[in-house]
Amino acid sequence: MSEPNDKEVNKLVDHLFRHESGKMVAVLTRVFGFSNIEQAEDIVQDTLIRALETWRFGKMPQNPQAWLYRTAKNKAIDLIRREQVKHKIVNDIAPLLKSEYTLAPKMTEMFTENEVRDSELRMMFACCHPSISYEAQLTLILKTLCGLSVKEIGSAFLTNEETIQKRLYRTKEKIKTEHITLDYPGADAMQARTDTVLKALYLLFNEGYNSSHPEKLIREDLCEEAIRLTILLTENPKTNYPHTNALLALMCYHTSRFESRLDDKGFIVLLKDQDRTKWNRFLIKKGNDYLNQSATGDTIHDYHIEAAIASEHANAELYEATNWQMILQLYNTLLSRGNNPIVQINRCLVLAEVEGYEKAINELLQIKGFDENCYYNTSLGEMYMKNANKERAKHYFQKALMLTSSSAEIELIRRKLADCN
Amino acid sequence: MEKFMYLFRGGVNHAHNAADSEAAAKNMQAWAAWMGDLAKKGIMVGADPLQPTGKVVTGTKKVVTDGPFAEVKEMVGGYLIVNAKDINEAVEFSKGCPIFAEDGNVEVRPIQKMEM
Repeated sequence: MSEPNDKEVNKLVDHLFRHESGKMVAVLTRVFGFSNIEQAEDIVQDTLIRALETWRFGKMPQNPQAWLYRTAKNKAIDLIRREQVKHKIVNDIAPLLKSEYTLAPKMTEMFTENEVRDSELRMMFACCHPSISYEAQLTLILKTLCGLSVKEIGSAFLTNEETIQKRLYRTKEKIKTEHITLDYPGADAMQARTDTVLKALYLLFNEGYNSSHPEKLIREDLCEEAIRLTILLTENPKTNYPHTNALLALMCYHTSRFESRLDDKGFIVLLKDQDRTKWNRFLIKKGNDYLNQSATGDTIHDYHIEAAIASEHANAELYEATNWQMILQLYNTLLSRGNNPIVQINRCLVLAEVEGYEKAINELLQIKGFDENCYYNTSLGEMYMKNANKERAKHYFQKALMLTSSSAEIELIRRKLADCN
Repeated sequence: MEKFMYLFRGGVNHAHNAADSEAAAKNMQAWAAWMGDLAKKGIMVGADPLQPTGKVVTGTKKVVTDGPFAEVKEMVGGYLIVNAKDINEAVEFSKGCPIFAEDGNVEVRPIQKMEM
């Protein structure tokens, strides 16, 4: 019987919006069809507005989630009872939604925990349809499954609302013209389609983890959502592949370092200087568990190797205790599977720990076509600095400074430059 | 593929709110499960329950009376339309209906195609 003030209600609704709107959109999109996704979004929007209005002046419901689901469900039922909406529904459960015998019980069932998860999973597959570009896939996932607003998505991608709005519009048009549905892919296409979903979640996570976005909160949200959706994939036998677990392990290891990556002033702290007591032990243990889970089957995925590298770092008590030899081997394996310049750069930094800075510099200089990359230049600068060549280090740091717009990165490079003098 | 209509007579009155009692909710679940199965197999076309009372309009003078006043056992409580190969298959499909456990019956009628 609490009587919350406006601020508390807003905070609660914000939190609920994040966690429940994606679920409700997924369920209602399953009901109305992917091409009627706006209908689903409208109902959820109405439901949340209704919640704000009702809760502000009255008592908070004991179970706000159940309140939201019930309201959304009733709104959907009212709509389905209108003939013009009814006719738009074309899917496997349509006959049940169109009969008064089954409409209400079916809708109630759709909002039960298992069905909500099922809808979210279907939604993930639909959003990651191969005919939708990666950029659009991520945008759609963030909008529909993660409950982020257009403004927040724009902010996460460091672009404006208009761009995101346009991208969403084009994607929704594509869903209609390509007749993309919320059906599960067939058994033969399951793994390939799951891989697309995993790739999107991997990118979503990186967007949060590596992005130079000034707002920590947004970045944490992206990582948290990526983890939540990946956990969903491990909970379903259809999508619980060994490499699903490997990806989740990788995410857990990286997230365990979140608190120590930036100092109080928001400046970047490099791995070597991080306070390892701030690393989240629970997440490292989770990472270890998922990595163990991933060690089944006979195929090795890049996620396995990347998770193994992250595991070596996360489980090293001290920077000096890092098993560089092992990490170097893992990088060599990773590179032998496909050429990726960022992996090449990272490998060189590890090589420095094993075979010395000179060797690392030589190999870095052999990487072609990355001269205009900030990370490439800071890496070279760092190696020259450690190799006591301050002039060359200065040259590369200065170049790197021109190649980034992130305030945290600029500050880090400035500090490095100061050390060069 | 032909269309057939099931007319449900007798049994439990489904027009009651399912939340009225646990038994009614359970009964509704049984019907939903049966229809869910029919829908999954692509057999079910449409269905609706009917309220127990309404009006009856009769004769050239269109006299309106309360109705239908049939005995509960005789009263039509709902309908369902299925796709089936023939009447035998339609009859087979009807045998899963929960109404038989409620002392009701299913009348299976082929839908007539009108020729001009």
